[in-house]
Amino acid sequence: MSNIEKVFNKGKAFIPFITAGDPSMETTINLVIEMANAGADIIELGIPFSDPVAEGPVIEEAHIRALSRGITTDIIFDGIEEIRKTCDVPIVIMTYANPIFTYGTKKFMKRCQEVGVAGVIVPDIPFEEREELLPFCRDYNVTMISMIAPTSKERIRMIAKEAEGFIYCVSSLGVTGVRKSISNEVEEMISLVKEEKDIPCAIGFGLSTPEQAAQMAKISDGIIVGSAIVQMIAEHGDDCISHIFNYIKEMKKMLIN
Amino acid sequence: MSKSRFGDYGGQFVPETLMNALIELEETYKRYKNDPDFVNELNDLLNNYAGRPSRLYYAEKMTKDLGGAKIYLKREDLNHTGSHKLNNVLGQVLLAKRMGKSRVIAETGAGQHGVATATAAALMGMECEIFMGKEDTKRQALNVFRMELLGAKVHAVTSGTQTLKDAVNETMREWTRRITDTHYVLGSAVGPHPFPTIVRDFQSVISKEVKKQILEKEGRLPDLVMACVGGGSNAIGMFYDFIEDKEVRLIGCEAAGHGVDTDKHAATITKGTVGIFHGMKSYFCQDEYGQIAPVYSISAGLDYPGIGPEHSYLKDINRAEYVPVTDDEAVDAFEYLSKVEGIIPAIESSHAVAYARKIAPTMDKDKIIVICLSGRGDKDVAAIARYKGVKVYE
Repeated sequence: MSNIEKVFNKGKAFIPFITAGDPSMETTINLVIEMANAGADIIELGIPFSDPVAEGPVIEEAHIRALSRGITTDIIFDGIEEIRKTCDVPIVIMTYANPIFTYGTKKFMKRCQEVGVAGVIVPDIPFEEREELLPFCRDYNVTMISMIAPTSKERIRMIAKEAEGFIYCVSSLGVTGVRKSISNEVEEMISLVKEEKDIPCAIGFGLSTPEQAAQMAKISDGIIVGSAIVQMIAEHGDDCISHIFNYIKEMKKMLIN
Repeated sequence: MSKSRFGDYGGQFVPETLMNALIELEETYKRYKNDPDFVNELNDLLNNYAGRPSRLYYAEKMTKDLGGAKIYLKREDLNHTGSHKLNNVLGQVLLAKRMGKSRVIAETGAGQHGVATATAAALMGMECEIFMGKEDTKRQALNVFRMELLGAKVHAVTSGTQTLKDAVNETMREWTRRITDTHYVLGSAVGPHPFPTIVRDFQSVISKEVKKQILEKEGRLPDLVMACVGGGSNAIGMFYDFIEDKEVRLIGCEAAGHGVDTDKHAATITKGTVGIFHGMKSYFCQDEYGQIAPVYSISAGLDYPGIGPEHSYLKDINRAEYVPVTDDEAVDAFEYLSKVEGIIPAIESSHAVAYARKIAPTMDKDKIIVICLSGRGDKDVAAIARYKGVKVYE
């Protein structure tokens, strides 16, 4: 069992997403450590991409802020190495196909293993294109996380069958970003997964409030929160850490109750 | 070669949310592409609405002036809406109807594809929304009004470089938001499978006609066929029926902007490297970390950091050549063709005319060149005036 799967044995997981290097790599390093202290079970770290087509404006702007500061994939790997000196929270990289492919997929996955990255989530690599990454992920023991969406329908079984780590369940149509309400469709998606394979399912896209966290935790194994946290970084810059620490404590409480 | 690839290029690199829509599109296309009712309906529209076949015109004055190969112009500029774009749009909108979609969305650079989509949507009674980079809405203000006149809603895209690339990003995002009733009418031979194949097939009417017309006029195939290349829809349409005719040389003309040795160009094949973006593996202008480069061309329609996957494949197997043409050369050619032949070409197509001016004099008089004149230049008159420092009010 991978480090990722072990997390879900301890209870419902809280998985925050931040864009690495926003507003600076130093803050990212401290933020990851403090998010883990606040109870985050897995950290999703975004490698910024110039054209993040699966993201809404909040995360897109975070990517632009990081890139305009000169953040690169190498700086991020070095930062993760730094985090690993004091903190062993599982880290999953979320980025797009091109930053991985252009860096060299083999070199990328090798670096992931060296610095202790547990997995990758790549929204523009669907099931049909997984061979682009999978052989390299296997060689370097990096888990490739699969995504399912409300439009996946009969594809859910096919995807679930070969999924590893956990399944990222996209709660609603569209791009990332805070939503007022989440449809119940995702419950049905998760039951389809579980019929096919006993694998943890985490819900992402649109979640921000403790009420949503409690509601979604009931029907899943964990929740992923991105835009709400990235928005706090946008507002508070390098001073965001205490705000996010308190937010995660609050959210995590809802998952335990 | 996998069904979705051209060699190693192409593929379906999109979020899971879009996968079933792409599969539905592929199945619908397979079902109808040889269906007699569908083919008849499309041909009827192409002939009676768009005005096909477009003329193959012998540019006698240009030929004499350059003193080399005989030059023919494939007059896609005479197509309804003023460019080749309508060929693909009519096909895709008919497919959208068959899929039960009531709404179409599209990206546009110069506005030609947006105008074509808005036109077809008006004809078919479909709702239409167009995404256009804010920078391009300024460069092509007249086309924005034209789309609105046709009943479309135009969104000015303010993210990134505010040009074609960002318009594609935003249209893809909109598609993931509202996929059930909406078809994305992708305008170039780019994007995830099956788009590059569908767009190429609908545009290949250009090369099918050229082949027939040149055989009638000259009794033989041309020596050289050329077209401008951004994403590459008019070029792949112009090349496609000649790919198997190895004696026909194929040249695509890329936008070199201020020059390929500056950072202001959009010469993807000349300067780019292989990457994965906008749903496809292909050549892209990008940095060493895979960040897509902000590209530039005077021509909004060629101002794109990528190229269709089939072009990347044709380049790799040495079947087609791709050459850079600068802003200055294109503007010269724009004026040249206007004065010499009385035909004002689109600034995009002017890139192909510019390269023809270089290569024709080096070829013997018994050789034949066919240039795809992909669009008319009325839309560019104000921008060219500005480029030359002349004040005109649209």
